[in-house]
Amino acid sequence: MNTFRLDQEFFLDPQRCIGCHACEMACAECETNGQLPMIHVDYVERYSTPQTAVQVCMHCEDPVCARVCPAVAIEKDEFGVVHSAKTDRCIACSNCVNACPFGVPRKIEPMDLMMKCNLCYDRTSAGKRPMCATVCPSGALFYGTREEMSRMRPNSSPVNTFRFGKQTVKTRVNIMMPLGATVLVVDADE
Amino acid sequence: MLTTLNPVALLTATVATLSLVLAIFVGSRSLGNFDPALIAYLFGCIFACFGVVYRYTVWLQRAPTWRYFCHGWRLFFSGKALVYGWELTRHFVVNFLSQRFILRRGKAVGVGHFLMAWGCLLAFAVTFPLVFGWIHFDLKPGGIDVYEIVVFGFKTSEFRLHSAMATLIFNALNWSAILVIAGVMLLMRRRLTHAGQIAVQTFENDWLPLLLLLAISLTGVGISLDYKFMEGRAHQFMAITHAVTVILFLVWMPFGKFFHIIQRPAQLGIAIYRKAAAEGPQAVCPHTGEAFLSRMQVEDLKAVTRQLGCDFSRRGGGSHLNYSPQGKRALLARAHLKARQESGRFFG
Repeated sequence: MNTFRLDQEFFLDPQRCIGCHACEMACAECETNGQLPMIHVDYVERYSTPQTAVQVCMHCEDPVCARVCPAVAIEKDEFGVVHSAKTDRCIACSNCVNACPFGVPRKIEPMDLMMKCNLCYDRTSAGKRPMCATVCPSGALFYGTREEMSRMRPNSSPVNTFRFGKQTVKTRVNIMMPLGATVLVVDADE
Repeated sequence: MLTTLNPVALLTATVATLSLVLAIFVGSRSLGNFDPALIAYLFGCIFACFGVVYRYTVWLQRAPTWRYFCHGWRLFFSGKALVYGWELTRHFVVNFLSQRFILRRGKAVGVGHFLMAWGCLLAFAVTFPLVFGWIHFDLKPGGIDVYEIVVFGFKTSEFRLHSAMATLIFNALNWSAILVIAGVMLLMRRRLTHAGQIAVQTFENDWLPLLLLLAISLTGVGISLDYKFMEGRAHQFMAITHAVTVILFLVWMPFGKFFHIIQRPAQLGIAIYRKAAAEGPQAVCPHTGEAFLSRMQVEDLKAVTRQLGCDFSRRGGGSHLNYSPQGKRALLARAHLKARQESGRFFG
């Protein structure tokens, strides 16, 4: 029986990421991934700063990955979870990998298949928290209710609206921003 | 309802269905070789043809699908037919005949799908020509122990009754059913025991196709077992259940999971596209400084996203799509850091 909790949300605070990779190890425990870690932990500017950042799928309201998929292999369910490509349909074209504004999907080359974070659906559909959020030691990844989050971070606001160039993207997953912020503008400076 | 129909798909599906009916009429020599016992299957096939072509045409009209479809054919006829022909052949053998990419997703799913797919394909190769009256068997005149295989009304070969060839040919559908049953068993076991599969599977999309194939195969083999060992006592039950399940399969084909049998060959077009992409100029990510994708695909993606109403072009020129996935993640992290810096507090 599906006991997905709609009152719980994912809150991401990349600023708190210490690059320990615990989330990556935990992600590999997710059964729906076939034991392949789908979370991204990156050094942002390897040579000039020790800054690391963590990235899970943001589960967009209108996912671009699904829209650019020529095989209609990516679907969003009734809980707003955008799932990995359907194994029977994915034709491994990489459109989703390169269209996602957050750089999340991965193409698993030998399998000719796109896979990505699906909010640990084996756990969240049973009312549990995603693996990464259960192990993050620094609070960069938190899964819970909005009330819990506002108690923990009174000086931050959860934001789920992003601007990439001229495109606005709304997501199910939130990113923690300075108090009062409503949008995160990501405008590339080439 | 009429207003929601896709006129291009409706026209294409109608033409395809009429062509099939004409091919059946001509191929069965004005229905002279048509077996009336198979009439229900015939109507199932005709409906499946209409539905499959309709859905395929609707699917092709999606912006990204149409772009790949046109690009694939343009590349194929770009004067490099030999190079792309070889790529297609290689891809066809490796990924279609041997289904290596599915085996790499897991042994159980690989072996199970291989058995099931080949069982189904063998069954299609036998059933469709039989139902359409394109192929039938005749007793050779002047005897009672030699059969002739007649294809489109022309005698092609003959074999002796009770020979190994006769056993192989007359039991072709039984062999295919055995392959399907073995494959279905492996896949059902996986669906019952794999926690990840259990979490995401649905009855309609994952269990119903397996149950339907199992019912078709069991009743198919059941017809043979019944007349061999039960003197045909269960013939009516087996024959009617078999017909009902096969027709359900055909009618459901355009709508459900089985549509991937028709859709999957699109992967061949992608193989050509990827070959051309690998040989052409590459896009370099401004963040990582490394090539990450062909320029052709980046430009195609920009065009497709624009068609879909998404504009990732940045205000000062350029595009967010010029960045690799790693570059995009870095841009987000930098933007987040900047916002925190500007607020005067890194944490809150």
